[in-house]
This record gives sequence, C-alpha cells and structure tokens, in this order.
Amino acid sequence: MPEISRDEVAHLATLARIDLSDAELDHLAPQLSVILESVASLTGVAGDDVPPTSHALPMTNVFRDDVVEPSLSAEEALAMAPQAEEQRFAVPRILGDEQ
Amino acid sequence: MSATSTSTRLSATKIAAGLAAGELTSQQVTREHLERIEAVDGPVHAFLHVDADGAMAAAAESDARREAGAERGPLDGVPIAVKDVLATTGLPTTCGSKILEGWVPPYDATVVRLVKEAGLPILGKTNMDEFAMGSSTEHSAYGPTRNPWDLERIPGGSGGGSAAAVAAFMAPLALGTDTGGSIRQPGAVTGTVGVKPTYGGVSRYGLVALANSLDQVGPVTRTVADSAALHALIGGHDRRDSTSIDQPLPDLVAAARQGAAADLSGMKVGVITELSGEGWQPGVMSRFTESLALLEQAGAEVVEVSCPTFVHALATYYLILPAEASSNLAKFDAMRYGLRVLPEGVDSPSAEEVMRATRDAGFGDEVKRRIILGTYALSSGYYDAYYGTAQRVRTLISRDFEAAFGRVDVLVSPTAPTTAFKLGEKLDDPLAMYLNDLATIPANLAGVPGISLPSGLADEDGLPAGFQVLAPAMADDRLYRVGAALEAALHDRWGGPLLDKVPALEGVAR
Repeated sequence: MPEISRDEVAHLATLARIDLSDAELDHLAPQLSVILESVASLTGVAGDDVPPTSHALPMTNVFRDDVVEPSLSAEEALAMAPQAEEQRFAVPRILGDEQ
Repeated sequence: MSATSTSTRLSATKIAAGLAAGELTSQQVTREHLERIEAVDGPVHAFLHVDADGAMAAAAESDARREAGAERGPLDGVPIAVKDVLATTGLPTTCGSKILEGWVPPYDATVVRLVKEAGLPILGKTNMDEFAMGSSTEHSAYGPTRNPWDLERIPGGSGGGSAAAVAAFMAPLALGTDTGGSIRQPGAVTGTVGVKPTYGGVSRYGLVALANSLDQVGPVTRTVADSAALHALIGGHDRRDSTSIDQPLPDLVAAARQGAAADLSGMKVGVITELSGEGWQPGVMSRFTESLALLEQAGAEVVEVSCPTFVHALATYYLILPAEASSNLAKFDAMRYGLRVLPEGVDSPSAEEVMRATRDAGFGDEVKRRIILGTYALSSGYYDAYYGTAQRVRTLISRDFEAAFGRVDVLVSPTAPTTAFKLGEKLDDPLAMYLNDLATIPANLAGVPGISLPSGLADEDGLPAGFQVLAPAMADDRLYRVGAALEAALHDRWGGPLLDKVPALEGVAR
C-alpha cells in the first residue's frame, strides 16, 4: 500500500470539506502514513473467496408501516439552526458568480 | 460531610432497595450525588454539564410517585449520568466537540427516553473524546477527564467521563457507548464495570453515530448486578432503529443473581491465546491469571482457544471505523445546526467555503485524522484495497468467534493491555493510542457482547486492571453470570469492592 503524500492529504481535505492550514498538513501527513503502513498488514489475509461483512447482523430492508406519525415541528427543527428565515434554513450562497 | 456516610457509596441496587424500604428518598440521594459532584468534579472533570435543577425536579416527582405507590420500576429515583453523545431534550449534547457547542437536541435518544420514563433523575452529561474517537478522553474539546485513582492519569476513553463519574461516586449509574472499547477500556482503567451489549440489543436511535456498524450503548456501573439492571432497562427492540433485534433479551438480572452464588459448574471458559504476550503489562496479566484460577474454583472449566485472525482486528477496525466516521460526520456542514464559521477575508463566501472553514475550526486533530483517513479508504481506486479488504477480514474475525463459541461458552482476556497511562503520554502518537483497544475491538467487529470488570490492582503501579468476558450474540446473560461469579470471588478475597481503595478526592485543590 502506497505512502500518503502531503499533496494527497491536501486533496483529501478538499474532498472532506476541511480547510487544513500548512501547519496542519505538515503535522497530519506523516501520522497518516504511519497509520496506513500499519494497516498494510491486512493485504492477503483474506482470500477473494471470503465474502465482505458490512454489518454485524445479517439484516436487510427493515420497514415500518406507511402511516403518518407526529414529528418535529418546523420551529423545533429550526431552533438550533445557525440562521433561519421564513420557516427555512438560511444558508450561504450555493452558486458562484459565474454560474 | 464524609463521603462514606452518604448514599453516594451505595450501589444502584442498594439505593433502589433503600428507596423501596422507605429508608432513602430520591431527593436525598440525588442531592448527595450533586454535592459530591460539586465537591470533586473540579479536578476530575467527568461532567460537561450538570443539571441540578432538572435532576432534583425528577427526584421530587419520583418521591411523589413512590409515596402514592406508583413507582415505575426498581430503579425509579436512582440518579444516572449520560454520556454526551446521546441526545437529550433540554440538555446540551456536544459529543465533546466544538462543532456542537451549545446544541440542544429537539428529541431524546431512545435509551434516554427509557431512563426518563423509568424515573431516573439525570444528573448531567459526561465528558468524552470528541465524537467518541479516542482511548483517553484527552481528545475532548472541553479538556480531559482525570482518573480518580491518580489525577495525573487518563480515565480511558472515549467514555472516560462516565467511568470517572461512577468511580468517583458522583453517580451510581451512567450510560456509555462502545464502538471499539469505549465502555470496557475506561471500565478497566478506573476499576469499574462496563458492558457492551450485543449489537442491535440496545437502540442506537439518538446516539450520534461514530461508526454505525460498530456502535452500541451500554451500562457503566460499579457492580455487575447494577449493569444487569440498567442493561435490562435500556435493552430491547426499538422500531426507530432499523438494526435493532426484534427478540426479547435474556433475563440479565437473574443471570447476575445466579452468578453471584459463585457456581459456574458446567461452564466452559476459553482464554484467547492471541490476547496476551508481548506488550501486555505483567501486573495486568498476574491479576488476569489469578481471576482464571477463581473461575476454576467456582467450577468452570478453563481452556485455551486460538482466534488467529484477532491479530488483524486493530488494522481492520482502523479502516472500517474511519470510513464510516467520515461519512457520518459529513452532516456537520454548518447549514442546519451546530457551529457556522465564516472564512476570514472572503466577501460573500459560498456554502462550500463556509463548510470548509467551519469544519476546520470545529473539529479537533483526531477527528480530522480519521475523516481524512476514511475519505482516503473510500476514495475510488483505493476502495477495494482498503475498505473491501477490511470487510473480508471482518468476516474471518466473525468466523473465529463462531468456531470458538462452538467449543466454549464464553471467551476471556484482559480488557486492556496496560493500566492507565499518564495524560499527554500518547496524545500525539495515534498508533500507540489505538493499541489500548486491542482486546476490545474484536467484539465490536463481530457484534458480540462483552463486559469488563475489575480484576485487581497491578503490582507495578497500584492501578486497576480489567477482566473481559465475551459471549455469543444475544447471550448477554452469560456475561452477567460469569461476571457476577468472578466479582463475588474477588470481593471475598479483597474483603470488599476494589473501589474501597480509590482516593477520596475531597479536599483536592481545583
């Protein structure tokens, strides 16, 4: 398994929507490499014939009856919003000027 | 007031008996615990939020119910502390993170609802590693919790707050959550009892998810019987959790009672070969070996069982957990709740720029490490090599458990390889920190239940060591039977509970 470079960490941070400072990148990149090195030991432990386990319980498609139930009011749902307006979440602009 | 004369030294079961006999009132018990918090939580810092008014109001209601003969169950009126990762209406729920500072949820977690409906006053919310990522509670954005046995040492993690609250007699009961050992490892290093139930045995609704396929809510207490009583209260099917098992729980309280008679004849106990040897503190191993002898004296047959893929459990966990965590924590996007930080020097920032600035300011180092790692493990081109590989090894770990439980009734190991280490010692060495969960992680990967109870004090440092018992899925009752038997034998030997030896803490400077 390959070592993780500082540039790669910067790219991953962009994907994960976290602004990392130069200092944080310097600090995190080597630590992540060490962790990845340690998990490299898994290569070849399980053959391709071993099925993957995503969950401890073999459960699929648990549904409830399709009936309306009481839920949060708009006021309750918005009570902790950083910003709310006209019974809606107010968010920063989604599109750039050029869009 | 001396700590020994108050209800704070009693187990939850004894408090419940005192309430039932009319010798105690919930208001007295709750007040004494709040006073204890006031007296010792300055240095310990087990609580992020104390709700004195709410707890006293609930206690008054409990006393009124009892007077009217309308108590709601055996634990009605017994106070409890709740880990800050469980949603509580009216009380802040921060998950130990700045990104949720001051957040008050609009709903209760199912386990919180059950605790409230059963009449237990909630004393407050306990400290934890941020989003439950850690083994020392040092990754809390609000400062670490300290171990009541030695204030220079860690109380374990992520649920160090709940364990320390119980160990320091600030609460008889607490709720914890265990994703890789966050109930059991703090239990081991604080000399308390903690149980991770079978995955799906206790509802996860309202538990802020770290890794959905591994997380489980469970009891944190000072005695095995108390854990059984709390587990029985919070366990069972919940239609709000799609991974909840639709089957009744075994009778856990009866199993603990049966175990306390210290008769384990017919019980086959397997010692996991792979969870000992190099890196295991000699004092921890001595207490473990002595405990095995006590199980044998109680009539159990003790054999060695090999689970060869357990040596890969840690690496498997550190791929699966960050992958799930990075997805789960994507919801903290500064849009609907929690922190919103505007980037500096940007006019009219976009939603994405606000998200990036907020997540940088709101998450601590360990959370960032794991999000980046998870993003990497899930990214195209690496998915099969990392996440896919880990999921296949996870299957092998489950198969090891199946094979072992075909031969023995329970598996045992020390809970953690060492006693509590010093604050700061492993803070910037993630790999060293991760090793604390070596013995607890396999159970989470396979979904099987586990308990940790104190096995004594290690010779080197006089600090508590933990004994872990693991059972097959939905056989949680075996944890209580074996746990209670060992606890009874150890108490006989010590002449009382291990926590009789914990420092009193009162008078310690803040």
